[in-house]
Amino acid sequence: MISQLLFIVLLVVGFGFFSFNISKIRKNISLGKPLDRSDNKAQRIKTTLLVALGQKKMFQRIVPALLHLFIYVAFLFTSTELIEIIADGISGSHRFFLNKLGWIYVLLISTIEVLSVLAFISTLYFLARRNLLQVPRFKMSEMTGWPKLDGNIILYLEIVLLVCVFTMNGADEALFLQGKSHVAGSGSFGFLISSFTAPYFFNYFDVETLIILERVGWWGHILVVFGFLNYLPYSKHFHIVMAFPNTYFSNLNNKGAFNNLSSVKEEVLKMFDPSFDPYATPTEGEASVPDRFGAKDVEDLTWKSLMDAYTCTECGRCTSACPASQTGKLLSPRKIIMDTRDRLEEVGANKRNNGPDFKDNKSLLGDYISEEEIWACTSCNACVQECPVSIDPLSIIIDLRRYLVMEESKVPSELAGMLTNIENNGAPWQFAQADRNNWVDE
Amino acid sequence: MSNEMNKLRVPTVAEMIANNERPDILFWVGCSGSFDDRAKKISKAIVKILNYCNIKFAILGAEESCTGDPAKRAGNEFAFMMQAIQNIELLKGYEIQKIVTGCPHCFNTLKNEYPELGADFEVVHHTQLINQLIREGRLLLKGGGKFEGKKITFHDPCYLGRANDVYEAPREVLEKLDAELVEMKRSKAKGLCCGAGGAQMFKDAEKGNKEINIERTQDAIEVNADYIATGCPFCNTMMTDGIKHFEKEEKVKVLDIAELISNAADL
Repeated sequence: MISQLLFIVLLVVGFGFFSFNISKIRKNISLGKPLDRSDNKAQRIKTTLLVALGQKKMFQRIVPALLHLFIYVAFLFTSTELIEIIADGISGSHRFFLNKLGWIYVLLISTIEVLSVLAFISTLYFLARRNLLQVPRFKMSEMTGWPKLDGNIILYLEIVLLVCVFTMNGADEALFLQGKSHVAGSGSFGFLISSFTAPYFFNYFDVETLIILERVGWWGHILVVFGFLNYLPYSKHFHIVMAFPNTYFSNLNNKGAFNNLSSVKEEVLKMFDPSFDPYATPTEGEASVPDRFGAKDVEDLTWKSLMDAYTCTECGRCTSACPASQTGKLLSPRKIIMDTRDRLEEVGANKRNNGPDFKDNKSLLGDYISEEEIWACTSCNACVQECPVSIDPLSIIIDLRRYLVMEESKVPSELAGMLTNIENNGAPWQFAQADRNNWVDE
Repeated sequence: MSNEMNKLRVPTVAEMIANNERPDILFWVGCSGSFDDRAKKISKAIVKILNYCNIKFAILGAEESCTGDPAKRAGNEFAFMMQAIQNIELLKGYEIQKIVTGCPHCFNTLKNEYPELGADFEVVHHTQLINQLIREGRLLLKGGGKFEGKKITFHDPCYLGRANDVYEAPREVLEKLDAELVEMKRSKAKGLCCGAGGAQMFKDAEKGNKEINIERTQDAIEVNADYIATGCPFCNTMMTDGIKHFEKEEKVKVLDIAELISNAADL
């Protein structure tokens, strides 16, 4: 009875705190500028099924893709087992679905066990890959400190979780073999892995120890699950949630198409309109000039860019494909996204603690991302192409450039010349427009 | 051939209209194609192909102006918008229905960024048009000429490949040269940028340990290519500079697909 009460309290607190953190993240994302991604629902669902659920883009690199798939599928299946754990925890029953589902139950738990073995191996490999093997994208400057620790914590938690699952099932099987299980009679549950491990690893223990082991496994499992759930909002591992909405809302246009700023269009059209009166009071409904062209801080970015930031799992495929990064420039698209998330967390906390209008005199551009980084980009879209969860670092880079150029007139001097030429003679070089077809007769 | 035969026929839209004619297709030459000495040769190669196939085309000539691509990538939306609105006005005035560009940057901007601002025309990249002309039998190649049996590798321009998912048209054209088409270790969607996009063409690179075009040229040298085929005047410049850096000008030539084809067809 006490354990049931304890479980219910844990359940409520676990899901309650998670929902609280999710609502904070929702609020943070909605600080972004509007962007319409409500079109093409069928295409969006298809993309989500392929890219998020089907992990299509992961398979560009086959070995990590397979290992990642094992952990992912094990996670999906183990989540179904949670339903039983919750049912058992609340009602005080043991293996709630065992008799109700019969052979389907055996098949389901056996599948979970096999996947758990595969996930266990994958997790060990990922730990080795992160800490022992020299994978360049895990060794870069933005991957020290918390991001490095975060990556390891997730893998350690997975190890603990899987050990708990095996302990729970193995001890339970041993008890059942000895006729001491919660379930009446004696025999084997017939789960693929534990019916094999129980006689070898668990039969040496006496009944009391086995009962304790089974309970430790059960409670350990659910505690890690609640812990994990509440760790997610603070971690890069949040991608397991965000990959789905982020892919759904991803850009479906050609990647080369940059958005047109309608506010700029209005301004330019007025310049061309001879009947325009600059002193007239604006008519109602007329698009007003925004506070700012481009982005200086996270609130100037679109909500999709902010969602991108929460979706990033810091794998670094973007950075390893980036031509600037490969040739030693300061730019790392992964860092752009990580900086955006860090800054957004900071802005969100400021607003919650000090009111919605609080300013801390810091900004994404300058305090987090330097001008040198954003000017190193060739806009080649390799980062966008590579991202397995449809993050678009390029749109952030361009929005930051727009702010620098249009609001602060800060532009590398050679580019200033190029821009002047375009304005004066319609070409990036200083040639007269009248000479444009001289090449024909040369 | 006499000089007279060799003369390129490059009417402007204004001239055509004065003769009560309309072009079927507008050749958008681009700033590089108009002013850059190397890229002018690519423009001429495109014109030779259009002339040979008797395409009723025209250029804007002195009325053409930058699409605004480098301004937009550099973050100056005002300069971009000024260019775009004026260009669209001009193109609509001439009732242009179809445009072929010699540059993937112009191609991308005209095709993807102008429609929302009121443009309504079809835009193709010159490698797509050449591929179509070959497919329709209007451009016949009797073998690959001096390129037969040579190793050719195609460097995907970012603004043709990743930006617009055009990977096959240039390769289909190159296959007609009866050459050995080799892929670099990074190609198509995984192709490495030449280093010139995003307005980088007009500035020095930020501090690093290597120039991007050197990194990319190494890819081409690794596969022992005799020719690096390009589809972009910026890529052409960057790869040519890369080859010079490795002092391989004698061994490796950098040519646009239009040049390879017009050369092989002896135009």
